Amino acid sequence: MTMTDDTTGVLGQRMLRREDPALLTGEAKYTADLPIPGALHLAVLRSPYARARIVSVDTSAAASMPGVTAVFSGADLAEAWAGPMPCAWPVTDDMKSPTHYPLAVGQANYVGDGVACVLATSASAARDALDAIDVEYEPLEAVIDLEDALSDRVVIHDEIGTNRSYTWDLKIEESEGDVDRAFADAAYSVKERYIQQRLIPAAMEPRAVAAIPQPFGGDMTLYSSTQVPHILKVMTALTLGIPEHQLRVVAPAVGGGFGSKLNVYAEELLCAALAQRTGSPVRWAETRSEGNQATIHGRGQIQDIELAADADGRLTAVRVRLIGDMGAYLQLVTPGVPLLGAFLYAGVYELPKTYDFSCTSVFTNMTPTDAYRGAGRPEATYAIERAMDSLAAEVGVDPLELRRRNFIPTASYPYEAMTGLVYDSGDHDKAATLAAEMIDYAGVRARQETQNVPGATKRLGIGVSTYFEMCGLAPSRVLASLNYGAGGWEAATVRVLPTNKIQVVTGTAPHGQGHETAWSMIVAEKMGVSPDDVDVLHSDTAIAPLGLDTYGSRSLSVGGVAIAMACDKVVDKAKQIAAHQLEANPDDLEFSGGEFRVAGSPDRAMPLAAVAFEAFTAHNLPDGLEPNLEAHTTYDPPNFSWPFGTHMCLVEVDTETGEVEVLRYVAVDDCGNQVNPLIVDGQVHGGVIQGLAQALYEEAVYDADGNLQTSTLAEYLVPAASDVPSIETGHTITPSPTNQLGVKGIGEAGTIASTPAVINAIVDALSGLGVRDVPMPASPNTVWRAINEAQGGQQ
Amino acid sequence: MDITVTINGKTHTADVEPRTLLVQFIREQAGLTGTNIGCDTSSCGACSVHIDGEAAKSCTLLAVQADGCSITTIEGMAGDDGSLHPMQQAFMENHGLQCGYCTPGMVMAATSLLAENPNPTEEEVRLGLEGNLCRCTGYHNIVQSVLACAKS
Repeated sequence: MTMTDDTTGVLGQRMLRREDPALLTGEAKYTADLPIPGALHLAVLRSPYARARIVSVDTSAAASMPGVTAVFSGADLAEAWAGPMPCAWPVTDDMKSPTHYPLAVGQANYVGDGVACVLATSASAARDALDAIDVEYEPLEAVIDLEDALSDRVVIHDEIGTNRSYTWDLKIEESEGDVDRAFADAAYSVKERYIQQRLIPAAMEPRAVAAIPQPFGGDMTLYSSTQVPHILKVMTALTLGIPEHQLRVVAPAVGGGFGSKLNVYAEELLCAALAQRTGSPVRWAETRSEGNQATIHGRGQIQDIELAADADGRLTAVRVRLIGDMGAYLQLVTPGVPLLGAFLYAGVYELPKTYDFSCTSVFTNMTPTDAYRGAGRPEATYAIERAMDSLAAEVGVDPLELRRRNFIPTASYPYEAMTGLVYDSGDHDKAATLAAEMIDYAGVRARQETQNVPGATKRLGIGVSTYFEMCGLAPSRVLASLNYGAGGWEAATVRVLPTNKIQVVTGTAPHGQGHETAWSMIVAEKMGVSPDDVDVLHSDTAIAPLGLDTYGSRSLSVGGVAIAMACDKVVDKAKQIAAHQLEANPDDLEFSGGEFRVAGSPDRAMPLAAVAFEAFTAHNLPDGLEPNLEAHTTYDPPNFSWPFGTHMCLVEVDTETGEVEVLRYVAVDDCGNQVNPLIVDGQVHGGVIQGLAQALYEEAVYDADGNLQTSTLAEYLVPAASDVPSIETGHTITPSPTNQLGVKGIGEAGTIASTPAVINAIVDALSGLGVRDVPMPASPNTVWRAINEAQGGQQ
Repeated sequence: MDITVTINGKTHTADVEPRTLLVQFIREQAGLTGTNIGCDTSSCGACSVHIDGEAAKSCTLLAVQADGCSITTIEGMAGDDGSLHPMQQAFMENHGLQCGYCTPGMVMAATSLLAENPNPTEEEVRLGLEGNLCRCTGYHNIVQSVLACAKS
């Protein structure tokens, strides 16, 4: 079931995707598919130890193997780097960051840390040679547990002398002391600890890279399966000392990212450096087992959250203490991930300025963490939504009723939150009401009365989750206040060609989101042309030199709006040409349906096609006006956008086996105006299942020595079709008032909302047995243990 | 070892290393890169092709085991006139793909599923596709695509 308001025009149509034919026929080329004659293949030798001193690396035997052209240790390449691997988000001035090179020098710090590499004429020859590299390691004690890491019992990186990277606080100066008072005065309070297990993003396309140097002049093209070609270009130039204008980065078809390709990786830098050094193209394709170890992980937090409430259950204060697991090193935005959640620990609820957040992040001997679909925001939403259920139990009201009492009233928008950020628009009651209707919330509660009786072995549970997604990263000044190393703008160029076909150049970098389709729809609506007449150019820094890429559900609300604004500029220029031709005042011209008309004189009109040709020939343009129809916009959003919604999950739990069956899943999401509801629903479906997978299936498991136990897809449980339910989607539409399209974002909403909805449903089903919490992932074994523990071991 | 494999109606004869996987043969010898590699444990199904008419993961076979076989890859599914195969068309119309990486394998597995069971229930589709992983769609629209194709 899909519920959408009526829309007219191109925007809002369920238009099929233009990307699909190439992807459906095998015509699309991912990085590993590119034919590159003469390329050398890179293979990386990875540390089998979580922490070990590298005593010596003997590459001589490997170097003499068939097909091998060169072998390098970390020390061999130490001089190749103009600087260490970049971290763009030094969240505090005193943040500690260990030096991190593409290949470890002196000490390896997680299983998978690159130690040496081979270049060979084939991928198999390169991999074979890895076995012949003789590395002598001195194994050192590894640190896996976050609180153990915090104690500095064992310090991982001698150079920084502590495992603590930073402590970042969000305290509201004007209300200092009020938080303690609110807890002292609270009618009800809850204090909970939640563990955000480590997750492996597992985009279906493993990472792949190819660096192709030009024979003369020093130019280089770097192909990579990346979400961030523009950021990668800047960072590669800085790290390798290549003049930025001599570097071109291309992201061909990219097979999913979910944040894991929002990074600058060792293999990208190695390919570029070795291509530069050898003069030959160098390529690399990750194996899945390598990816599980050496592509970033997500989540990895210990969350302590306390809520204070008045006698009606209305929130009066929230206090949060986090420990963030950085892994062995800081990758591109590793330290900033917990901060993105810091603003969301009051969810969609009214809270006075009585909020106290502090996060301390630590190094461990595990794969570095970084942004994974939602990045900080799913964690925050999980904590507040789980804690709200605890508070509801404490107060003795239904969880949905408690939420309704706390919703920010629609009339309060725009709403200045406790953090100082302003939420743009919302109607939480409407979304919750629609979700409750769709799932028959009252009916489920009635069924529970008869089904969840003493002795029942199949117990019914319903979980509610409401959310805000702080997305559309981001106003550059806000990023500055968070010490982020770049801005949050997006660039667009709209170019009307002589034959009235339109080229759009965008700085966004799609990897499954359907930007070519959606952006063509925006231009079609704005310019009065068919979407088929619009070409969307992207993900190649030679074609789209300016951009900040795709992550944080930013592409539409920043990049799409930039395109709309560039269209406006083109129309303004075209209007001058049309007015000149029609001998009218530009102010008297109206533009709609691809035609300029003189107001009040419908016979005096000129189509955009004619204007485009006039602009091209330049035979008769107004004095001083430049030929051609083209405009560029760089848009820095004035605010984040704030999609919201309510998700509800219905489960049945078998108390004898601990097995959870998801019976129904209802997602009501409000992302403002929808450009293409087909794509919106697809984003919700995928996001919901990814969040549900955290709740039920997925965890990157390490043993006490720091060995990753889930290093393949046979061990790491990405769910299959048979493991997950259908999703029933509904939508409310509350346009954002901060941009001309009225749009928000939808890429991460499903992931943010679904994890707590699923766990809340399981705990709801088992609450009659005394279960208050179930850790994630809620495997049958884990659920059974929770029941058994609640029953005093009598299960 | 010399092998001869027919792929999408075209005969490919090559001298391959015994350890060469069929998926490597398809991608590197035949140059058909629509068949993707998503894992190294035969878990993901991105490399699914039809071998003598039945879906199989081409990473689970050595190329030499396919000697004499007839293989269809995603490149062989559309008509000679460029028209999409009904399953490809159903995936397009039902938004059954996003990044597209699992899609070739998913289409091959789904067509094989319908060949065996032309009118599956939703549950049968979900079980029938359990060897193929997708990270983007949450499977909802993939299942809808297969059901729609069965209906048409």
